[in-house]
Amino acid sequence: MDTKVDSAATEKLKLSVRDLNFYYGKFHALKHINLDVPEHKVTAFIGPSGCGKSTLLRVFNRMFELYPEQRAEGRVTLDGEDILSKKLDVSLVRAKIGMVFQKPTPFPMSIYDNIAFGVRLFESLPRAEMDERVEWALKKSALWNEVKDKLNQNGASLSGGQQQRLCIARGIAIKPEVLLLDEPCSALDPISTGKIEELIHELKTDYTVMIVTHNMQQAARCSDYTAYMYLGDLVEFGPTSELFMKPKKKDTEDYITGRFG
Amino acid sequence: MSIGVLSPQKAALHRQRKAVNAVALTLSLGAMAFGLFWLAWILFETFRLGLGGMALAVFTEMTPPPLAETGGLANAIFGSAVMVLLATALGTPIGVMAGVYLAEYGQNTWLGRVTQFISDILLSAPSIVIGLFIYSVVVAQLRSFSAMAGILALALIVIPVVIRTTENMLSLIPNALREAAYALGTPKWKVISAVTLKAARAGVITGILLALARIAGETAPLLFTALSNQFWSSNITQPMASLPVTIFKFAMSPYENWRDLAWAGVLIITLGVLALNILARVLFRNKQ
Repeated sequence: MDTKVDSAATEKLKLSVRDLNFYYGKFHALKHINLDVPEHKVTAFIGPSGCGKSTLLRVFNRMFELYPEQRAEGRVTLDGEDILSKKLDVSLVRAKIGMVFQKPTPFPMSIYDNIAFGVRLFESLPRAEMDERVEWALKKSALWNEVKDKLNQNGASLSGGQQQRLCIARGIAIKPEVLLLDEPCSALDPISTGKIEELIHELKTDYTVMIVTHNMQQAARCSDYTAYMYLGDLVEFGPTSELFMKPKKKDTEDYITGRFG
Repeated sequence: MSIGVLSPQKAALHRQRKAVNAVALTLSLGAMAFGLFWLAWILFETFRLGLGGMALAVFTEMTPPPLAETGGLANAIFGSAVMVLLATALGTPIGVMAGVYLAEYGQNTWLGRVTQFISDILLSAPSIVIGLFIYSVVVAQLRSFSAMAGILALALIVIPVVIRTTENMLSLIPNALREAAYALGTPKWKVISAVTLKAARAGVITGILLALARIAGETAPLLFTALSNQFWSSNITQPMASLPVTIFKFAMSPYENWRDLAWAGVLIITLGVLALNILARVLFRNKQ
């Protein structure tokens, strides 16, 4: 616990969670979560299915508000500002905290428009600048070379891995500060996964990245910090190397050594 | 053991499964042949008798008096086109918006359930009831039959069909797509108009075309509303001719020239509806 505070204290904090509880109807899905996520780092969330890691991510961009039976209690602050506050426009929160989902979800429009769609919501750019932004986002997500000659084709015509990188490009095109990745590679082949992991590594220079993953090797490979969750509790949080090499809790050790989970 | 050689127990089960399969296949092929037989016969008769009355004059001349030498269906074709298109134009926006409400806003709400119930009743209401309803609230009040009343009656038939297909097509759109749009900070109206409706577009258009095909052949709602007209009329406050009502009137007459024209009209409607159905299928297939 103490080293967690020490190691995090040397970083600038981006997002803080204080005493967060989350309910699906009556089911208590997240229990008293406290967490400090450092800026420009990759933080991974691991744990067995149903432990609440995706739920936690969906609190950060208030995605849960789409479903009336779900509710969150507690404080989540982004640069000190409470993002769960009802006074804050949820669209602005989501524009600052982008999200990429498990399954690729290209919109029913061209590759170009898939990316321009989100940008147009908040900025009215002249055509040339929009072109630049689209190119920038596609280059950033390592997709430009594969699609530069077919920007007018429908997004659904791409392969699964390309679609997922398109979704990442769409997410970063609106220049959020935080990027939430909810198992972004679970539907992808190893080559696409490798590309996306490289991408995650690059993204942290500009963004604070949080990734939920079932794959512990992936967490070990591409994250700076790791949080282990179990049954709605945040069991352990710390620098990835420490958590994997010498976990402090027995539960964490059992999970990462594969004795359980 | 080589492939194809099974233990006696497995072999018996395998034979039984094959036998059941053969029976089921025969029955379903028979059911298909039965349906196709009548459809083919109807189409054959329609072409045989319809082509007899078909001539250029059908499209250029007005409905004739009995026993006249010449005459056509130009006013009826025009009237049908005007009323069907205007009714679709009137009913489609209402139907699409109500369908969007049911799929995107009204789920699990009291108003949503009531709207859906009423729409379902309207969907199964006999069209003659809708015709009589418009007769009593429009025709009887204005004391005149009019194309406008016919358009209203047809629009009332279009609305529930479009509501149902729009709602169904929108419910097929996975929530993941909606969430992805919301995750960019998209407001709800924009998620619906630019993403979900667009993803469901082919299905929604198919529904509109099917509604259009349905009202193209409706006779009952027009009998009490638009009535008919022997002359060319493009005034929607006056009675207007339509193909179904003209067919109804001509087919039951003792005059041969009228009966020939009735069959020509049947062929025109059939081909029109067939073309719309094929168009709907092509649109839907392109989506898949």
